[in-house]
Amino acid sequence: MSAPRSGTNYLNVSYGIRSWLFSVDHKRIALLYLCSVTSMFLLGGLFAAMVRMELLTPAGDMLASDTYNKVFTMHGIVMVFFFLIPGIPAVLGNFLVPMMVGARDLAFPRLNLLSWYLYTVGALFTLFSIVIGGVDTGWTFYTPYSSAWTTTNIVPVALGIFVTGFSSILTGLNFIVTIHTMRAPGLTWFRLPLFIWAHYATSIVIILGTPVIAITIVLLALERVFHLGFFDPALGGDPVLFQHFFWFYSHPAVYIMILPAMGVVSEIVACFSRKRVFGYPFVAGSSLAIALLGFLVWGHHMFVSSQSVFAGMVFSVLSFLVAIPSAVKVFNWTATLYKGSISFETPMLYAFGFLGLFTIGGLTGLMLATLGIDVHVHDTYFIVAHFHYIMVGGTVMAYLGGLHFWWPKISGRLYPEWWGRLSALIVFIGFNLTFFPQFIVGYLGMPRRYHAYPEEFQVLNVMSTAGASILGVGYVIPLIYFVWSMRYGKRAPSNPFGATGLEWRTPSPPPTENFPAPPTVTEEAYAYERVPVPEGGAHAG
Amino acid sequence: MRSDLPLFPVQASAEARQVDHLFLATLILSVFFALLVSATLLTFAVRYRRRPKDKPPAPIHGSHVLEIAWMVLPLLLAMGTFVWGAEVFFRLNRPPDDTMVVNVVGKRWMWKLQHPSGRREINELHVPLGTPVRLNMTSEDVIHSFYVPAFRIKADAVPGRYTTTWFRATRPGRYHLFCAEYCGTRHSGMIGWVEVMQPEAFQAWLAGGTQEVSLAEAGERLFNDLGCVTCHKPGSGARGPTLDKLYGSTVKLQGGESITADETYLRESILYPAARVTAGYQPIMPTFRGLVSEEGVLELIEYLKSRSAQKAEESSASAPSSAGKSPGQERTP
Repeated sequence: MSAPRSGTNYLNVSYGIRSWLFSVDHKRIALLYLCSVTSMFLLGGLFAAMVRMELLTPAGDMLASDTYNKVFTMHGIVMVFFFLIPGIPAVLGNFLVPMMVGARDLAFPRLNLLSWYLYTVGALFTLFSIVIGGVDTGWTFYTPYSSAWTTTNIVPVALGIFVTGFSSILTGLNFIVTIHTMRAPGLTWFRLPLFIWAHYATSIVIILGTPVIAITIVLLALERVFHLGFFDPALGGDPVLFQHFFWFYSHPAVYIMILPAMGVVSEIVACFSRKRVFGYPFVAGSSLAIALLGFLVWGHHMFVSSQSVFAGMVFSVLSFLVAIPSAVKVFNWTATLYKGSISFETPMLYAFGFLGLFTIGGLTGLMLATLGIDVHVHDTYFIVAHFHYIMVGGTVMAYLGGLHFWWPKISGRLYPEWWGRLSALIVFIGFNLTFFPQFIVGYLGMPRRYHAYPEEFQVLNVMSTAGASILGVGYVIPLIYFVWSMRYGKRAPSNPFGATGLEWRTPSPPPTENFPAPPTVTEEAYAYERVPVPEGGAHAG
Repeated sequence: MRSDLPLFPVQASAEARQVDHLFLATLILSVFFALLVSATLLTFAVRYRRRPKDKPPAPIHGSHVLEIAWMVLPLLLAMGTFVWGAEVFFRLNRPPDDTMVVNVVGKRWMWKLQHPSGRREINELHVPLGTPVRLNMTSEDVIHSFYVPAFRIKADAVPGRYTTTWFRATRPGRYHLFCAEYCGTRHSGMIGWVEVMQPEAFQAWLAGGTQEVSLAEAGERLFNDLGCVTCHKPGSGARGPTLDKLYGSTVKLQGGESITADETYLRESILYPAARVTAGYQPIMPTFRGLVSEEGVLELIEYLKSRSAQKAEESSASAPSSAGKSPGQERTP
């Protein structure tokens, strides 16, 4: 099984900054993305810390109102557009999609490099806007505030998001073509790992949805700069039309974040329970169902926007429907554990965390889809708590789980397992302490985006800020030991977790061409019944 | 730091109780499913934990019966929740016939409220206990959202159109009024109070304050000052259609469509006269944008409403008129 370690791999095949910046190797581009999105995550986290510090007291006493408004806006923009959306696909997907299908690279390696440059240009535009004063509209850019009233730097940020959108589109295109045309001999569609199905579904959403946000942003900029009346009623436009356009992309964008996370969880749960994923065709099909139904529910962000009652009903019932495929996945992952041989290495702890937190996020999502409840909790901290359970409790947990699972493959090194488990525990506790109180304060009626708030909400806000400090520690620990492990970690064998999947059939780290010889596939994914059970995982021995 | 830790908001309207029942039911359902999933996960995690010298477990591919069961059962529960939620939503959106109407204008960063009697308030809304109150809302600048947690109601105030919500207070007291749609610098300062008073106290409050003219009277004054009467004079041959009995009636438009003359239509006809021209008239009316504020438009509409009401009283014996009902209600469902 374990291939002999040859002298060169993708990391040491060449040296120097140019060998990275002009590399068309999907694995090196994945690492470029890893550096970029990690930087943006730290920046977004810094803004989050400022928000939580301000909310420690009811009075708006640490930051000026305008500053606070910019800080939560930049937190949202940086995290959504520059961390959560590219996160798993551009880092783990980039590294793993070609390896999992047994290919040498993605279908269009140069486009792949271009996508990283587009991302970087977009991020630089956004950073430029932050440096010259930031934006204060909220990440949702609602008109006519964004187009006619705010005096902040909308255009550079809009340009940044516009350009970054093309990096998403190129990545999605690359994945779809690669999955269709470059699968190894014998790798039929229903032998594909569920990670691939998830990325395929994600790519469809990216390609269909991202052009819509690009057009919307262009219209917004045209209205702002040339006063063409699309959205501003003073110019004859319709402000609610913007919300339709915005959410037509930005709701499916939530599935761009969560579908790849679900793919990661399928891989981890199968490996650490030594089982096939229960109901494989249902888990695969539910990814496609989510991708398609996800385009039909955008109006549930607009139940109190003056949208008609009839439209509200249609969007409500469709929102309930999109929950079913998500529920199917959770039930199937749970059933996968049945009669397994379960071990609790770091990736599995993150996967367990994902299952618990995503379940809470999904169930509270159903409460929000319920029309009569949403009227009360819309635009309160209940919403804030809900989407952080999905995006942080779901996507970030899976992202960290995936990074730990494939880190030995990516870096060729092992990280300290004890620290890994500790950080997973800290993240889980810190996360719940941060966001659970926000459900309560939201139902009590505390609106989101409030710089100052009534005194009776303080205790819950203090709990939330305390939780955020713990969460911050939980995120910094892996950052430290991952960097540490690159130099000091034990060398990783080719398959430290005894996992199935083509990526484990090649040395760690892999050679530039991925596989010493083109692989062939003769069995379905997750044939764990044919693989010996590792004793205590990679790190014990 | 205040040490009290409220966990549930006060209920100050009948609708608040209905929303809470719905919320608690979905909460119980959610807790049930969350416990079901986590208990199963933990049970499996303990029971099937890896032991030394474990053989590879036998493969299980899945079960169609289970897949169908855990698709259909949650779907049924979801559809039930949807129906209940929609029913409560209807009630939140459909005011009863006999509402008291208060005009609301959102402006960065304050709420301006007008009672029909002419009494005006800023960031405070006084209402009587037990009487349904309908809010007729718009905004002068950006989108705001009128949110009273104690009543569990929220509706955006959107520039360029009228939106509506309603409540019936069931508990005297002072309750938070928040702006829930982000509107710029002092968004979190765009807050106030709703004061629910005993009906007698409310009447006394309404009569108090500086003596102001009623909204309809203020509207009549504007109507004359702006010279509306020059064209909209009674009798045939006038350059503009007569405005008697207009509110609530059905207007035939050029192009054959017809429309109910509600608040939204009247506002549009004042500010964008060319948008919908009455059949048989020329599009010669100039716009009054910039000449009259949102509050002025609301006063003009009150005046037109009062003219419809008078005429309806005069001809009440002859034909049933729709002027007594609020057409806003007919638009909402």
